[in-house]
This record gives sequence, C-alpha cells and structure tokens, in this order.
Amino acid sequence: MGKALTAFEKIWNKHVIKEEEGKPALLYIDQHLVHEVTSPQAFEGLRLNGRKVRRPDLTFATMDHNVPTINRENMKDEISIKQMEALKKNCADFGVKLADMYHPDQGIVHIIGPQLGLTQPGKTIVCGDSHTSTHGAFGAFAFGIGTSEVEHVLATQTIWQDKPKTLNVQVVGELGVGVTAKDLILAIIAKFGVRFGTGYVMEYTGEAIRNLTMEERMTICNMSIEAGARAGLISPDETTVEFLRGREMVPEGEAFEALAEDWLALATDEGAEYDHTVTIYADEIEPQVTWGTNPGMGVPVSASTPTIADAEYPDEVKRALEYMDLEENQPITSIHVDHVFIGSCTNSRLSDLKKASKIVEGKKVKEGIKAIVVPGSFLVKQQAEEIGLDKIFIEAGFEWRNSGCSMCLGMNDDIVPSGGRCASTSNRNFEGRQGNGARTHLVSPEMAAAAAIEGHFVDVRQFVGVPS
Amino acid sequence: MEPFKEHKGIAAPLNRGNVDTDQIIPKQFLKRIERTGFGEFLFFHWRFDDDGNLRDDFVLNQPKYENATILLAGDNFGCGSSREHAPWALEDYGFKVIIAPDFADIFYNNSLKNGILVIKMNEEQVQQWMKKAEQGLTLDVDLEKQEITDTDGTVVSFDIPAYHKEKLLNGWDDIALTLLEEDAIQAFEEKRA
Ligand code: SF4
Repeated sequence: MGKALTAFEKIWNKHVIKEEEGKPALLYIDQHLVHEVTSPQAFEGLRLNGRKVRRPDLTFATMDHNVPTINRENMKDEISIKQMEALKKNCADFGVKLADMYHPDQGIVHIIGPQLGLTQPGKTIVCGDSHTSTHGAFGAFAFGIGTSEVEHVLATQTIWQDKPKTLNVQVVGELGVGVTAKDLILAIIAKFGVRFGTGYVMEYTGEAIRNLTMEERMTICNMSIEAGARAGLISPDETTVEFLRGREMVPEGEAFEALAEDWLALATDEGAEYDHTVTIYADEIEPQVTWGTNPGMGVPVSASTPTIADAEYPDEVKRALEYMDLEENQPITSIHVDHVFIGSCTNSRLSDLKKASKIVEGKKVKEGIKAIVVPGSFLVKQQAEEIGLDKIFIEAGFEWRNSGCSMCLGMNDDIVPSGGRCASTSNRNFEGRQGNGARTHLVSPEMAAAAAIEGHFVDVRQFVGVPS
Repeated sequence: MEPFKEHKGIAAPLNRGNVDTDQIIPKQFLKRIERTGFGEFLFFHWRFDDDGNLRDDFVLNQPKYENATILLAGDNFGCGSSREHAPWALEDYGFKVIIAPDFADIFYNNSLKNGILVIKMNEEQVQQWMKKAEQGLTLDVDLEKQEITDTDGTVVSFDIPAYHKEKLLNGWDDIALTLLEEDAIQAFEEKRA
C-alpha cells in the first residue's frame, strides 16, 4: 500500500495537469457553476478575444443574487434586469445551460449544485463565489474564484493553483440537544478566528461530523471561507452516497454503484498526516450568536458581549460594538431584533426550514418584527409547501418568499433598513451587509425562529417546542 | 495587462484589520456588467454619509491623500466575498500598490490578475509606515529589485512569488499563457474520457 493520503491530496493528485517546483499547478476543473453577478465581465473578455467556452457541458449557470423574491414579473431595477439579461444572452451565445428566474431548477447556486447531483465526491468545483466551499461537504475540492479566473476556467477548463496545506479540524464528542451544525461552525470560527484557515483546505473530522446529515455538513463547509480557508471538506461516506442516489445528474444502477465505490475510496486514509490540526469539543458548544461585524465575533447565547479592555484588539471590538449599537458586557439575551431572516446558502434547505417551523408552529411573531423565510431553491420551496411548512410560517406571521440570496446581501429589495437589527441564518455580519447601516446577528434557523417569537435572543434549548 | 516595473507614489494609511470586500465595494454597485468605473464607489459607506456628502473623518477623504496610489492596509485585507469588483474599484480609484501584513486568499489573487502589486510585509514595518504616512510618506516600489525605498532613503526588501513577479513585470495575460498548454489539457481530457 502507498502512503496514507488525505481526501484532499487524492483529489488534487487526480486533477494535476502540470506541476513544477515553485510554481502553481495547473488543475483540471470538473464543474464550473456560474451566476449573474461575477460572470458578465468574464464572458465579455471571451468575446473581446474571440474565445469560446471550452466545456459548456461542464458549466452550469443560474440567477440567484439579484432575483426578487416577490413580484418577479414586475422587476423595476433596471440595472439588475440588465445583469440578468446579460447572463441569459451569454449563456445562449456560448451554449451554457441556464436555470433562469422561472426555471424549476433555479435557486442559490450552492443549493442547486448538490440538489441536482452536479456536486459529487472527488470533483474539482469552482464558482465566482466565495461560498463555493459548501460543495466540499461531499468530499469535493470546491473553492471560490474571482471574475478573471471565471474567464480563465470558461476558456480553458483549468485553473492555476498553489497547493493549499491541509488543516484537520477535529471535532471531539457529540453535539448536545438543540445545538446545530451552524452553532458548531460559528463556535469554531469564534474560537480560532477569521483567518486561521488562510492557505489551508480544512477537513472536518470526528464523530460529531460523521453523524451529521449532508445538509448539516453543507452548513459547516459553507462557512469555511469565513475562517479564511481556501476550501472546506468532509470525507465522503455512506451518508454522502445515499444523498446522491437518484439525483438528476448522477448515473443509475450499476454505474452508480461503481461510482459510489470510487467515492468511498476517496475518504482520508487511516494515519494520513495533516499540516496542522486543531481540536474542538462538541459537547461544550452552546447555541451561538454573533455580536460584532465579522463572523468570528460570536459567543454562546448565555454569554455577554466582550469587555473592550480585555480584548486582544480593543479598537476593533470597540468599533464593532459601536456599529452594532451594543454595550460591552451586554447579555446576548437582552438584544432585541426587528428583522428575522431565514434563508441563504448556509441555512435555507428543507431540513433548516423544518426545524425552524417546529419552533414557530402555533405561535406568533412578536409585533413589530419583519420576519421572512426565503427557501434556497424552487424545489426546496415546493417540497416545503407539500408538507405545509408555508402555512405554518405564514400563520405565525412570517412572509413566505421565492428562492434567491435575498436578505443575505440585499442586492434585491430585501434589505434591512439603516439602524435595523436582524437575526439572520446567513453567513456574514459585515457592516452594511444586509443593507447600509444594518446590524446582523448570525444564528441557526432554530435560534432565528425563537428570536422572531420572543423579540429578542433566547436559548432555544429552553424554548417551549424545542424539537426532540 | 500593463507591465508593472516600478512605482513611486503617496502612501495612505488604512489602519483597520479584517477589511472585507463588502466594505471595499458595497453590493449595490455589483450590478454593472462592465469592468471599469467602480472607483467612485470605493469604500462607499466609509467615504460618504447617508446624504452623499464626504465624511471628514475617513482617512482617504483627507486632502493630503487625494493623490495617494499606495495603500497601507491592516491584516487579512480583502476578506469575505470573492468579488473582483474590489480590486477593480481600488485600481480605478488610483491604487497601484497595496501593502499589508496579510491578505485574504481570493483578494490577493484577484489583485494580481488586475496588475495591482500586493505586498505582504511584516506588521511592524507596516505600522511604522502608517505612522509616517500621517505626516506624508512617499514610497518608491521597485518590483524588479523587490525593494521599497522610503522618503528618508531607507530601503526595505519584500517577497513575492517568482511566478507572480514574472507575470507582473511582463504584463502577461493568464489565459494566453494557459492556452500554450493546450496539448497537455487535451491529453488529460482524453486520458479521463
Ligand atoms: S446566499 Fe448569500 S452568501 Fe450565499 S451565495 Fe447568495 S449572497 Fe452569497
């Protein structure tokens, strides 16, 4: 037997076209996902140079960032319309498959890739979007790229990459009841910071990870980029295989079984070495809430905002508290919100909506709170409606929308107003992310749902109706 | 891309850590389908108040930095979203060089692809220059020699991967270079098919 390898190393080795000492390697890309915001200049570049899309068959496009979640037929934003028209034209001109606003496969790019089965173990996957790390949940090497690189991949189906180092994020023990995958990843980033992953592919390992569903694993890998990582990854196992079985873009029958065998062989070998390992204890983790302006500024719900003087970077903490309009040492449960957003590529899958619905069922959203649910894709919306989740949310006082990125970044009309405060299931709490002057607290779907009912953050584990 | 050999210019200090690309160019400006014209929206909510007036307290609004072409930045500069609109905005605004203790991965790559020289420099040195820049600091950046010369003549050397250096010096277009590997790419595809 050869040297024990990590899953990442196996995938890397299978995709190197050319590698020279001291230079980035030329990697082959198996799947390129495209959306309307980061692609127009790339297609324009191809046109200007008379180049084609080398492998339209390995390219798939959708519209998600700009799309309205209500009144799709009546869009008013001229520039948004122009951007979506541009994608339509580009896809038609270059022969790329597109799930546009009205297509049944439409949704947030990181939701539909896995949903269609385009995302598979062992693939190299890129997209002009940093949350491409989501797809690593399947044991793929998936990472975000800039627009110049989008153009490069369109033209050549390859990318130049420095080989990242490997980081083992070892999760020991089990998550407690009412503690979710979102809490785990927020706790990891709070503990190790927003840049500890820089230059690494982070592989999440341990019992707690193995017990997660694919949707939960996607939540974890999605936020790897918030730790600065090049990519996040979880070794494929039976859970991965079963999730993909029967999906539109995977083969059937024996061909599938053969493929599944290859996938399972990609898992990190016993005894493989990582460049670095960090450890976190799952049973110590509580539901998390961010209080500041980057995803690492988070604490357990039972805690308070930090003391400025005790902070490693007091200026940053002070600035963040000012922007968030919070005091130091302020209990998290005393923070009142006026907006609740359940959605985004982190937490808008069917299981997320199910869990949130359990919390709000039979209750009412606190007066004065605007609460919206934005399913991650058309299909998620449809499946949720089939089991009546829409009714539960609407009866509780939530708005039930069409799929898209929505209030995660507020490129459409779904914006938190200046000075507004939002409990959000998304992934970034940067200044102005959800709207100029808006304040964002990142939480799990359950915690967001509970905040909608109570009007302020509460420990969802003590909340009546906690899912058993 | 224009070759980058040497650049001399005024340095402006932006002394904040973890500046994310949402701050560098807010989302409402990402809807354009052109590559140019993003400079006026750079650091939009830091530069302008809600009524569109310049904020006096933001460093780049000070007259002495009006013609700055070198940005001294904090750690992990350019984190968050992969939007290449961030380097487009910085470049369009007039920045040719960015010096920081460290950069976020995607931003670093995106900048180089647009001919912006991004230099990783130890924190102490960056802080020292930030202090000096408050009084006025001109830096002369020589990519060929990998040296930065201060107003008072001090010379500091910097690291940059040889591969990036060569590309910047020659202004090479990535895609054209890769297309030279066509045979290898084709062979790879055939082998896997
Ligand atoms: S949901 Fe938010 S984070 Fe995810 S792709 Fe859309 S804008 Fe980006």
